[in-house]
Amino acid sequence: MLERTGIPTDDDLEKVIPDKERLTKGPVVIIECFQKIPCDPCAISCKLGAIKPFNDINDLPQVDFEKCTGCGVCISSCPGLAIFVMEMNYSDEKSLIKLPHEMLPLPEKGDDVYALDRAGSMLGKAKVIKVLKIKNKTHVISIEVPKSMAMKVRSIKVEDKNNER
Amino acid sequence: MKATDIAIIGGGPAGLSAAIYAASLGVKVTLIDDGLELGGQLIKQTHKFFGSEKQFAGVRGIEIAKKMIRDIERYGNVEVIANATVTGYYEDEVITITKGVNGDILKKLKAQRIIIATGASENMLPFVNNDLPGVYGAGAVQTLMNLYGVVPGNNILMIGAGNIGLIVSYQLLQAGIKVAAIVEALPNIGGYLVHASKIRRLGVPIYTSHSLKEVYGTDCVDKAVISEINQNFEFVPGTEKELEVDTICLAVGLSPLSDLLWQAGCQMKYIPELCGHVALRDDNMKSTKDKIYIAGDVAGIEEASSAMLEGQIAGLNAAVSLGYKCDNYKEQDKKLKAELKELRDNPLSEEIKRGIEKALIKEGRD
Repeated sequence: MLERTGIPTDDDLEKVIPDKERLTKGPVVIIECFQKIPCDPCAISCKLGAIKPFNDINDLPQVDFEKCTGCGVCISSCPGLAIFVMEMNYSDEKSLIKLPHEMLPLPEKGDDVYALDRAGSMLGKAKVIKVLKIKNKTHVISIEVPKSMAMKVRSIKVEDKNNER
Repeated sequence: MKATDIAIIGGGPAGLSAAIYAASLGVKVTLIDDGLELGGQLIKQTHKFFGSEKQFAGVRGIEIAKKMIRDIERYGNVEVIANATVTGYYEDEVITITKGVNGDILKKLKAQRIIIATGASENMLPFVNNDLPGVYGAGAVQTLMNLYGVVPGNNILMIGAGNIGLIVSYQLLQAGIKVAAIVEALPNIGGYLVHASKIRRLGVPIYTSHSLKEVYGTDCVDKAVISEINQNFEFVPGTEKELEVDTICLAVGLSPLSDLLWQAGCQMKYIPELCGHVALRDDNMKSTKDKIYIAGDVAGIEEASSAMLEGQIAGLNAAVSLGYKCDNYKEQDKKLKAELKELRDNPLSEEIKRGIEKALIKEGRD
């Protein structure tokens, strides 16, 4: 249970994941934000109206998945690092995940990194496809993972090549 | 003796906001802070803030502090006295300020209005060996790590899963330090769940309904024992876990730092929802003493975003009470109060709202 462990349950996730049809149609956002708190930067960052404007600052984000292009602008806007973009059919066998990253070292394009699930367990390796450096220092990393892992991977661990700690 | 229009005690988010607002109306402001530099806890906050875009949401605390300090510097009518402590308040609106290494320089300042924004102090937790080196408060860990670049330890046990415990855990991970676990006595995580999830997916377990029982070590912390606790907060025998850690970080709540308000004779009340004794106030943040206003954590433990709004409300109303003109005063005042209300309009703020209701002096009632 999320309130006890910090790990969203399948029931929680069901509310924020687009249907299968939309998932297969191209990149789309998944906002893993389940608690009403006063916070609105995501809705303001979205210029397509896909994250619907809030009536109240405490609203949960509501996404119009048809309007979302998976551009990922919202990812680094989120103070809670709760926004991900999924491209399920990136290739025949792989999906692409764009996720927020605020740890050092920053990976480089082409690196192999460890793929972690919502509990921090290592699921395997993932290839870094793109590193988008953002001015506010919440960088956006695109990784390629096997399709079976796409809905599980939510973080990465980068091996520090130069420094032991 | 020097004189000022408004003396603001405390240069954190509430005090800075009050100073900027009052200064923008032309008020002569004296801002006194005990830190070497202004900003209070903001200068240790490397995470992005929540709240609304209007109130710096998405901006890191340290950047908010920089911006507010720049704003203060822009006004010629704000005098900053840093590295100084206000030690007393006297009936004729005189405050005493000590400065210097040994606090041996004493200054007196006469102020027509005083805004007390002294913030909070950290709570301690009783457990065996809690005086061993390696037992820190979360504030000290943040100061060492984020201000001075000093690693506080190598393997940390965090006590408390409120926002401070969660955020400091994340900062420790960012600094490359291992966080062995986060322990929380309550059955649920108290901080924002998005903070909890981002730490959890970096592999840090969060043990709710658990507490720290004992710490072992001869010269410093070597080991900690945590245990499950029941609904009555009693340890459940046989549920102990041993963790090899060298540092314990306590993030077990804050208490309003209200000594000056007591000494000034403001009417005080113990309000558990606001985490301790607070001064009764009206919705302009004025205490039961006509010339003393309050803002921020000293008025009740809350977030920096609400502290900033309270500071603005206090700054505006203290200035207007001195006869300074504010175009559209009523509109501005209403807008700030509406924003503050909106910020608290969520299930997590229920307790705070209940507490503020108890602390509020309504018009026509005393």
